Amino acid sequence: MKVNRSIEEINRKIKSGKAVVLTAEEIIGVVEEKGTVKAAEEVDVVTTGTFGPMCSSGVFLNLGHPQPRIKLGEVYLNDVAAYAGIAAVDLYLGATALPPTDPTNLKHPGDFIYGGGHVIEDLVAGKEIRLEASSYGTDCYPLKKIETSFRLDEINEAVLYNPRNAYQNYNVAVNLGDKTIYTYMGILKPKMGNANYSSAGQLSPLFNDPLLKTIGMGTRIFLGGGIGYVAWHGTQHNPSASRDQKGLPEGPAATLALTGDLKQMQPRWLRGLSYLGYGATMQVGVGIPIPILNEEIMGYCAVRDEDIKAPVVDYEKGYPQRESGNLGLVSYADLKSGSISVQGKKVPTASLSSYAGAREIAATLKEWIAKGHFTLTEPAIKLPSADAGISLKPMPQRDPDKGEGTL
Amino acid sequence: MIKQKIVLRFPPHIVEQPTIYHLIKDFDLMVNILRADINPKKEGRLMMELSGSEANYQRAVEWLNEQGLQILNLEQQIIWRSDLCTHCGACTVICPTEALMFERPDMKVRFSEEKCIVCELCLRACPARAMETLVENANFQ
Repeated sequence: MKVNRSIEEINRKIKSGKAVVLTAEEIIGVVEEKGTVKAAEEVDVVTTGTFGPMCSSGVFLNLGHPQPRIKLGEVYLNDVAAYAGIAAVDLYLGATALPPTDPTNLKHPGDFIYGGGHVIEDLVAGKEIRLEASSYGTDCYPLKKIETSFRLDEINEAVLYNPRNAYQNYNVAVNLGDKTIYTYMGILKPKMGNANYSSAGQLSPLFNDPLLKTIGMGTRIFLGGGIGYVAWHGTQHNPSASRDQKGLPEGPAATLALTGDLKQMQPRWLRGLSYLGYGATMQVGVGIPIPILNEEIMGYCAVRDEDIKAPVVDYEKGYPQRESGNLGLVSYADLKSGSISVQGKKVPTASLSSYAGAREIAATLKEWIAKGHFTLTEPAIKLPSADAGISLKPMPQRDPDKGEGTL
Repeated sequence: MIKQKIVLRFPPHIVEQPTIYHLIKDFDLMVNILRADINPKKEGRLMMELSGSEANYQRAVEWLNEQGLQILNLEQQIIWRSDLCTHCGACTVICPTEALMFERPDMKVRFSEEKCIVCELCLRACPARAMETLVENANFQ
């Protein structure tokens, strides 16, 4: 390598206010003009961003002990069910959790107007949250029922822990059927009436470090408007997905588990969402800094929407029935232009991930770093990458009484 | 010539009157009905575009008022809450008239009230529920 820079060196520059930071969008032109080596010499950090619906998100809470004490059993926060199968007043509230009274899809398509993501948004906004809980009672935890309310600043801990965020690439969803369908990829009109995608493309964190050469466990990031960390690789992490020569995956691939203190986050970047006919979820703002350690890393950060391809997948039959194959690949440049061509048909496109939000996140992170408020971290361990031999497994299905090989 | 998009609200006792017939026959107006509903309280809501001479239009408005109909501006029926919009763009392929569209290269959602026909499809298509309608419209959903 012609350029060799350590994270320590970058941090020294950040602290002295001299670090050169550009967003993943801004760097494209610089690399085109100057080449990777010159760009790597001049730029210390590239910031990325994404602001999309991320269902695998939620928050661990510790509510403190009431008097007398209770071991929480069945728990509702603003009527939304939370999981209490851990210690006494610890809880996990997931973004897609619903109130038991939600009519779901009994009248299809359901509205899913308020779920776990909305509770988290309200919690971060400092609003009063209603708690209703019951339990069986023990000698040490005698209380069997409690109704109260609390705000974020009154409880011990609130830790966002999102098991799967920041998907490296995703499907472009279409509907080949004759009727409108309602999916986690939005409303899909019949006969390929629209194609919905969900990635920030060239600004997206894992497209700028496709082989996870810098992002690892412990990487400090922008999460939900505050500071967070990469906790682990995400669930369904599939780094072995097929990739082009630049290492860019041609379908859903790597994922990240992210965590951070909810108390310093902002409701603007953790938004409860209602997907018609699908459910409730949360839009999560994530931004990851990429340290420019050498020209190779710089080369990855120069990725452009034209270079990144996503598979077009039918959500009427193909996806729900887990059929393999797709209807072809399209670039994010085409997706962002407003229409794509699928099997000779012009199909209008829409995004579920906010590109304007991604831009703002990358710019905010750039500002934090440039002002010296945010330094970079050396990963504690690397995450499994394309060479780790991980393959995505389907759910085993068999007669549970007879064991493997049955059904 | 005048061209105006309006909403007519009918109280239950005149919902069965041939109002449109009179607008055409007596006031020589061109009527383009965009949407019409009657709710369980037997109140009516008619969204349409009227065009004709200025004088005839004004006379028609007076006459409608006399009949006890409420005339509202169509452009203020659907409200885009820019404070709630996350600019994802999911609404833009659902809106049939491009009243909601994506502005490039800003990649931001823009709402043009004048193109809106109050179909209300956006209300449920918006994951962040940033599209709202007037309270009075709730009885028609």
